Order: sequence, then C-alpha cells, then structure tokens
Amino acid sequence: MKLLIRGGRVVDPASGKDAVRDIHISDGKIAEEFAKPDRVIDAKGLVVSPGFIDLSARLREPGYEYKATLESEMEAAVAGGVTSLACPPDTDPPLDEPGLVDMLRRRAKSIARARVYPIGALTVKLAGETLTEMGQLRDAGCVAFSQANTPIADTQVLWRALQYAATFGFPVWLRAEDAWLAKGGVSHDGEIATRLGLPGIPPFAETIALATLLELVRATGARVHVCRLSTASAVELMRRAKEEKLPVTCDVGIHHIHLCDRDLGYFDAHCRLEPPLRSQRDRDALARAAADGVIDCLCSDHTPVDDDGKHLPFAEAEAGATGLELLLPLALKWGQASKLSLAATLARITSEPARVLGTQAGRLSVGAPADIAIFDAGAPVRIAAESLRSQGKNTPFLGYELAGRVRCTVVDGAVVYEA
Amino acid sequence: MQRNPQLNANGELQHLLSIEGLPRDVLTQILDTAESFVGVTEREVKKVPLLRGKSVFNLFFEPSTRTRTTFEIAAKRLSADVINLNIAVSSQTKGESLLDTVANLSAMQADIFVVRHNSSGAPFLIARHVKPHEHVVNAGDGRHAHPTQGLLDLFTIRHYKKDFAGLTVAIVGDVLHSRVARSLIHGLTTLGAAEVRVIGPQTLLPAGVEALGVRVFHDMRAGLKDADVIVMLRLQNERMRGPLLPSAQEYFKHYGLTAEKLALARKDAIVMHPGPMNRGVEIDSAVADGPHSVILPQVTFGIAVRMAVMSIVAGN
Repeated sequence: MKLLIRGGRVVDPASGKDAVRDIHISDGKIAEEFAKPDRVIDAKGLVVSPGFIDLSARLREPGYEYKATLESEMEAAVAGGVTSLACPPDTDPPLDEPGLVDMLRRRAKSIARARVYPIGALTVKLAGETLTEMGQLRDAGCVAFSQANTPIADTQVLWRALQYAATFGFPVWLRAEDAWLAKGGVSHDGEIATRLGLPGIPPFAETIALATLLELVRATGARVHVCRLSTASAVELMRRAKEEKLPVTCDVGIHHIHLCDRDLGYFDAHCRLEPPLRSQRDRDALARAAADGVIDCLCSDHTPVDDDGKHLPFAEAEAGATGLELLLPLALKWGQASKLSLAATLARITSEPARVLGTQAGRLSVGAPADIAIFDAGAPVRIAAESLRSQGKNTPFLGYELAGRVRCTVVDGAVVYEA
Repeated sequence: MQRNPQLNANGELQHLLSIEGLPRDVLTQILDTAESFVGVTEREVKKVPLLRGKSVFNLFFEPSTRTRTTFEIAAKRLSADVINLNIAVSSQTKGESLLDTVANLSAMQADIFVVRHNSSGAPFLIARHVKPHEHVVNAGDGRHAHPTQGLLDLFTIRHYKKDFAGLTVAIVGDVLHSRVARSLIHGLTTLGAAEVRVIGPQTLLPAGVEALGVRVFHDMRAGLKDADVIVMLRLQNERMRGPLLPSAQEYFKHYGLTAEKLALARKDAIVMHPGPMNRGVEIDSAVADGPHSVILPQVTFGIAVRMAVMSIVAGN
C-alpha cells in the first residue's frame, strides 16, 4: 500500500520543520517521493503531524470491561489522533504476569488501531512488597515498570526495586506520592479543601516522595520517569535533578495544566483526579515547566469511569477523567496560551514521549514508522457525551468548545480513522 | 462558576445546603421567621398548618439522635407528615446507591428531604437530581456543612447579643473535622461579626483556615480575651488519642473551658456547644451548667430554626 498525503502543513517536532509539503508512505514507513500512489489523501489546509504518543491511557482490560473495553478505547485513541499509547498496570488483575501482558498485546494487535505499550507492575499485585518477574514481563512486551497510582510505602522495597531494574536497564515510571501523607486524602490540602470539608493531600506528599526517589536514582542509577507532577515545588526538584544530569524525565496530566482546585466548584466529581488538582500557582508552574522543557511530556492520563463511579459524593467518586480525545485540543489550548509554535506544542505529545518510550515513531523523517495524525487546528470540537467515542464520558470539560479536530489517523501506514 | 445550587432563578432558597454563599438578607429572613416560630413552640397547641399535606423524609445515612429528633419535631409542628429513614442500616448495606435510594423515595411523593451523610457534598449531589418541586435540607455532610446548626447558633447569638456588629466570637477545638464550625464561620462573616477566632492546636485546624476570614489562636487564653461568644466544639472519642492529640487529659489542660479561662472573656459572654458534650474533655461541668451557658436554649431554638428553614424552602 502506497499512500500520499498531499499538500498539508507538515509539522515535524523532532526536526522543528514546519512547511507545506507532501508525505509519502510505503510499507508502513515514511518513504522518499514516489509516483503512482495507491491512495491520495488531500490534506490541504490541515496539519500533518506525527501521531500522538500518550504515556498514560487506561484501556480497562483486563477486569474493568464494564467501564471500557479495548475496542471502545482504541477507537477513542485513533479518533483523538493517538497512534501509540502506554497503558498503566492497574488493571484487575494488575499486569504483573507475562500471560496477562501477552494477552493484552494480542488483543490490541487484533483490533489493529493504535500501538499499545503495556507497562508492567513493578511489584506483585502493585502491593509494594514483592518484585515482579521483570525480565519475563519485559520479554512479554512491557516497556517499563510502574506502580500506577499505588505508591510503594516501604522505602526499602522502593530502593531494591530500583536497584533491580537498574541492573537490567529497565525504565521505571513512578508517581511521586508519599503513601502515608496521601492516605485518605482526595483533594489539594488548602483553602478550597477546607471550605468544602474534603480531606486534603498536602503538596509535600509529592515533594517528599520525589526527593526520596531522586536520592534513590542517585544511589542506583535507575532510569526513572516521574509521572503526573502536580506541584510547583516538584517542578523545581525536577529542574535541579535535570541540571544535575540525573537519568530522569517527567510528564504532567493534561488536566493539571488547565485546571486547579477552584474548579471543584460545588463538588464536581469530574474534578476528582489523581493526583488532585492543586492551586492556581501550581497549575501555572506546571504549564510553564511544560513550555520550558523541565516537563518532557503531556499525557491524557485517560481513565474512563462509568456514571455509577462518578454519581457519588466527591470523596467516594472514582478518580480519573477520560482524555484520549481531549489530548490534542487541550495541548493546542495550552500551546496557544504559552505562545509556543505548533512544532514546540506538538513535541510534548509526539517526539518527546517517543524518546521516553524509546520508539522510532514520533517523527516524520524517511524510514520512520508511518504513524500520522492529520488535523484541523482551528476546527471547533464540542466536548459532549454523545460525541466522545470513549466509553468514559467523565471529563471536567463536558460542554466546553475547544479547537483541534482530527480528520485522519494513520498507523503503520494504514488509515485507521477518518472523519 | 455555576450558580449557587441552593438558590432558584429568583435568588430564593430552593434547598438549604450550606450557609456559604447565602446572601445576608436570606440569612436574616430565616432568623426572623424562626423568631416568629419561637412563640409557636411555647404555645399549648404547638402546631401551625404551613406544611399540611407535605411529606418530610428524614434521610439519615449517619446516626443522629438530636438533629433527627429536632427536625422531626419541627416538621410535625408545621403539620407535615414525617418519615424517618435510618439508611445506615437498610439500603446501603444492601448495596443500593445514594441516588437510587433518593429516586425511590422521590417516587413515594416526598416534598422535603432532610439529609445527613458522612461524605462532604452528598446533599449537593442529591439536590442536583431531585425533581423541581422537591427540596433538600442538609442536616450535616461530612466535614463540610451543618447549616441548620449554624443558623441556630446565629439565632442564639442574636437572641442574647441583639446585633452581630462589634461581636468577637471564639470557636474552640476540633475545627478540622467540624461542619458546625464551618457553617457558623460563614454565617458570622456574612452577618458582619467584628472578629471570628478559631482556637486549637495545629493538628485540629485545617489548612488555610484563615482564608475563611478568621483569626487563628493556638493559645486559648489569648484567644478568649474579651470574647463575647465562646463556641466549644465536640471532640470525637476516636480523636482523643492518636496522631492528632496525645490524650483527652492533655487536651483539656490546653483547650478545655474552665471557669478560670472563661473569666478572660467579657463578663456577659455566652458559652455555646452544639452537643453532645464531653464533660471534662472540652468543657468543665461547672461552666456547662453555669450562668454563662446557653447550651440548652440552643436546642430549643433549633426547633424554631428548622421550622423556619422548612417552611421557607417549601414556600419557594
């Protein structure tokens, strides 16, 4: 199959190139110019970008099929222009055995939409006690190891897990959260939580855990990706760690650069997220750090939750928001507010996550995998339950009109979505 | 920000969910209406027909004796039919969701839901899902709000002090877990009390509490100085020992109200407590039963205030 994407504004964040040109695709790869394509896609007036790479998207399989299925969420991914996604291990059972990972990969392959990169559990059942068989999980296809949203309380276990992972060069992806300080909390510990009478999680639950983690990186040399920063002080710790050339990278959830605890309003359960939405100051610091590069990537932290999980009092509601289809519009909104070029904006959801993931995708140079998103940057998207393909309709942005509509998504040289 | 969910399009009280965000004139209207009901509760025939034919569902997801009883008395004095549901031991244990429970009761033609729930914000969730003619009255949600308690506290203060301007009110104890304190603070700041103080150890004061418009004191003696009103908060048994406090005895030493500490307040100071009291933990018996105490009148006023709230929401 030879595909020609003609006349689009081709933005390749990896090279910084941004120009109107054609893209040729052959045998699933980006190719040199050729004659006689099998199919021509007219991209005039549209942006042609590497497909988006989302470092955290829950597909809910196995175990939570009532919340979402691989079919529904993979449709949502390609509808959002996401061509590669990493899925955290907090399924039921967790991804702590090679068989589960193998099954997930097979299922994903048979559906043939986005590429799925499973993240294995770092400890058995995510319980923070026993190391998983990381080598075997790696062979089954795990690209990294993580605890999802369950912190390891025992620092000895964390140290040993990092030592072991470092021995074999396995990347470890962790959220920085002190299990004891966060216990029972559902919101940012501050004025808003006090007014609403919600149990808070203090900002130092993140910085204390992050300082510990960075110290263990120094000790072990483990390659650590810090997931979902939520505080301004954590940004500063990451800035210093990077200046020190520690082998660390980090990301922020797409909601946390737009929203803060004030958005909880009158107990809006859609704003019940992990980590919690924090103060305006934190939000602004995260948005700036994503712009200046201290934060490497934006991710959707896609978490489909059914209505039953959200139609509950705030503290009892299940945490998370659907995000795959909001990644592009919210990234564009942030990029515009931060006065970034389109290439710099898209880098946070293409070339940078590709680097963290260690994939060849995320760029448009000849020979790279032909994973492409074609979108209309100015076209309005109204966020509504009916228009979301994800089974999860849970988003604080319901009713918002954002800009950035995906017209066509190509994975491995095949058109997997058109609108 | 959404419109305050407890007011209708005309700015009238549709539900009573929280004192926060209620305009001064709405608060005054409730207090004035309650004033008119105090007479009713003292008559031989203690009934008015304002809610005749209406059904009040007492929906208590958390155990309560005092609040539930006073709501029941208030509804009966308004001639309403009262249905008491102790949900803690029925539907919830059978796994029925909060909204399903409410939908079922709504199908039984409720007019007013009086809701107590251990989760902050639960009455807001219910208010969003009831029919337009149904009203929700929050009887205490988690740590968030207990607006009728706050209103009866305001009523009591107004009864004894006549006016809020110039008043110094000291709230002592476990503010962190107290919905009573939050509701009273919002009421006092809205009605223009000169100074609202909170007194307690750091472990019992929530983060950023100053933003509610209060002055923070850790030294009880300094905090009580020249206070017109002292509100003692209840300390839950399970919090008397553990990471927040070492012991009930040590708490009493620092934050218990004794006659000696009370003497630092103004001579005509009143002492309040939302009940139930822990004598010897937060308050000395001599003070609780002494001449400054208005703890029992609070309970009596509570009925008039709840009558006022139910009659106002049902009338809007």
